[in-house]
Amino acid sequence: MRRYIVRRIIQNVLTFFLFLTVVYIMMDAQPGDYANIYLQDPRLTPDQREILRSRLGLDKPVMERYLLWLKSFIQGDFGISFSNYPRPVIEVIAERAPRTLVLFLSASVMSFYMGFVAGKILAWRRGGLLEYATTIGGVGLYTIFTPWFALMMIWIFAFTLDIFPIGKFINPVIWLQAPVGANYVFYRMLLTALVASLVLFMVLVFSRRIEPRRRKLARWGGAVVVLLGILAFWRSTGVGVYALDILRHLALPIMTLTLISFAGTMLLTRNSMLETLREDYIMAARAKGLPEKVIRDKHAARNAMLPVITSLVFSLAFALDGGVITESVFSWPGMGRTLLIAASTEDIPMAVGALVFTGTLALTAHLVADILYAYLDPRIRYA
Amino acid sequence: MAQATKTIGGPSPESVVTLEMPVWRIRLMLLWRSLRANAALFAENPIGLVGLAIIFFFFLMALAHPILMATVWDRNVYHPVVGIDQTIPFHPSPPSPTHLLGTDPLGRDILSQLMWSAKSEFFLGTVAALVTLVIATTVGAVSAFYGGIVDSLFMRLADLIIMTPVVTLLIVLSTLMNVTLIELAFLVGILSGFGGATIIIKSQALTIKVRTFIEAARVAGGSNTHLIVKHIIPNLLPLSFLYMMFTVTNAIFLEAVLSFFGLLNIRMSWGLMIHTTEYCGYLLDLKRWWLIFPASLSITFLCAAFYLVGRALDEIVNPRLRRR
Repeated sequence: MRRYIVRRIIQNVLTFFLFLTVVYIMMDAQPGDYANIYLQDPRLTPDQREILRSRLGLDKPVMERYLLWLKSFIQGDFGISFSNYPRPVIEVIAERAPRTLVLFLSASVMSFYMGFVAGKILAWRRGGLLEYATTIGGVGLYTIFTPWFALMMIWIFAFTLDIFPIGKFINPVIWLQAPVGANYVFYRMLLTALVASLVLFMVLVFSRRIEPRRRKLARWGGAVVVLLGILAFWRSTGVGVYALDILRHLALPIMTLTLISFAGTMLLTRNSMLETLREDYIMAARAKGLPEKVIRDKHAARNAMLPVITSLVFSLAFALDGGVITESVFSWPGMGRTLLIAASTEDIPMAVGALVFTGTLALTAHLVADILYAYLDPRIRYA
Repeated sequence: MAQATKTIGGPSPESVVTLEMPVWRIRLMLLWRSLRANAALFAENPIGLVGLAIIFFFFLMALAHPILMATVWDRNVYHPVVGIDQTIPFHPSPPSPTHLLGTDPLGRDILSQLMWSAKSEFFLGTVAALVTLVIATTVGAVSAFYGGIVDSLFMRLADLIIMTPVVTLLIVLSTLMNVTLIELAFLVGILSGFGGATIIIKSQALTIKVRTFIEAARVAGGSNTHLIVKHIIPNLLPLSFLYMMFTVTNAIFLEAVLSFFGLLNIRMSWGLMIHTTEYCGYLLDLKRWWLIFPASLSITFLCAAFYLVGRALDEIVNPRLRRR
């Protein structure tokens, strides 16, 4: 197992370098270079332009330029963003990446869970109106024009019902008197979420050994304790109002992204469940007289999960793409929107930086999905 | 199925001399029979038929546009890109007998734009799907047949493409180069051709490679190229055809998203119609529904239609899902 993980990590690092190379080739294949930006300045003599070129290192051979670029890239020097001048790209990424990560992670986890549960139930109650309706709804959500869907969500929940704000990250009116910056609050929110999910995970793991009737009590008790802890923490900081504002802005994008990406998981889980239900061990479980719910959740669903996890890789890329669209429709200032703005204003360093960030995220997510799969299915060879 | 055709019409003509019909007629007959059988299977599935009906509807729209332009519609008023109706003082104007779906903020007829764009969506989808077909089938067959380094190279490439967020990549590509419709079609075709489709087609090719008719052809003296072109690829085509459908869905969706962001260099498309609406500030103005709904629904329905046809075909050609 450990050897498998190490192997996968090495493979991923190699893939990452391949990816960087492709990005560099894409950039270098452009006609002209940065020195050409000064071409229109009539005061610049050809000699001066040559000096400029050699100062920028543009007269070196391709291979050397590539290595230089790679070196500065590894050191985290992505250049300076044109549209956020004079901020370096890496600083912009560091500011906006957490916002995208929150959106992406919570939507991925929620859509996976929801899709899995829905698909499970769907396969169990085969036939009838419910199946048709959910299949058509699922295909609809899967192929719907995402920007339009996001707009409809805004229109229903923000415009007509007025439950959530229309877009953006914070409400400036509330934040006028704020003692701290938005990022200060946001990072504490991230920390809270991280600690809370860790504690909940521990509760889940440790309560597995307890006998069934007390297990439920222990789990619910743990959840309540965590919730109270979060509330107490935010009361003590005194900026809970601002955190609530960010949460309100976060809710609708997460909901949209979840709904967009959950249909794929649902349809796949359904297919996978239908195949699993034909296995002999399901019949054996039925013959033993186990309750239906136990057969469904413990015998069928756990085995049906494996192909779904494999396809997680597809849906992760799907969710990242959906994230770009969601962010831009909701004006959520994350990496996706940054990428789009950089692309439409021809801010190449920023666009490349954002692309590399997205690539890294996709690679990491892929690695996690692979390791998860190896952990869940002991039958696969770790070769 | 195509495979049955091959077992009879082998490479050596001596084996079929005893039959009275020429080989090509037998092949044609078998092809026709398998097509009819598959069409009957397809017709059993209402989902696939719904998809087919929607595609047919949009196809009719695309066909009708040039006819309408030539006969009923005045070019200066109804042209999708440069037309303007000057008899109406305010644009966007609501649906009326002259403009069944109203006009956009620049005074152009929405229905005309919708129909004109349907044509380019079909063009985009067809080109992307053909590129996918050629690449995925060739690469799948070759890497299954030869294995070894060729195989692992293509498979790693496919892995890489599977986890690429394509929208993100295309957004960056559109800053670096001038992407028009045909370039987008090729990009999408290449990406899906080398991506997920290859893996599935290769695994299918692996199962074909070990069948006895391949052995027989080899014994009869067929070269590697002959085996791949005449025996493996024809058996892969049904599956490739399935992936063509999914590629069309992808291509239409990507075109719509990219032109919604205003990153493509095209004259008119459904995505661009929504972009124009956004650009002119009518995006959340649902009282003017005709600016957003027709284009968005067209994108959604056409994508869904190809996806549904793909799913219905999946149950026929995919050996894993086949119920028979």
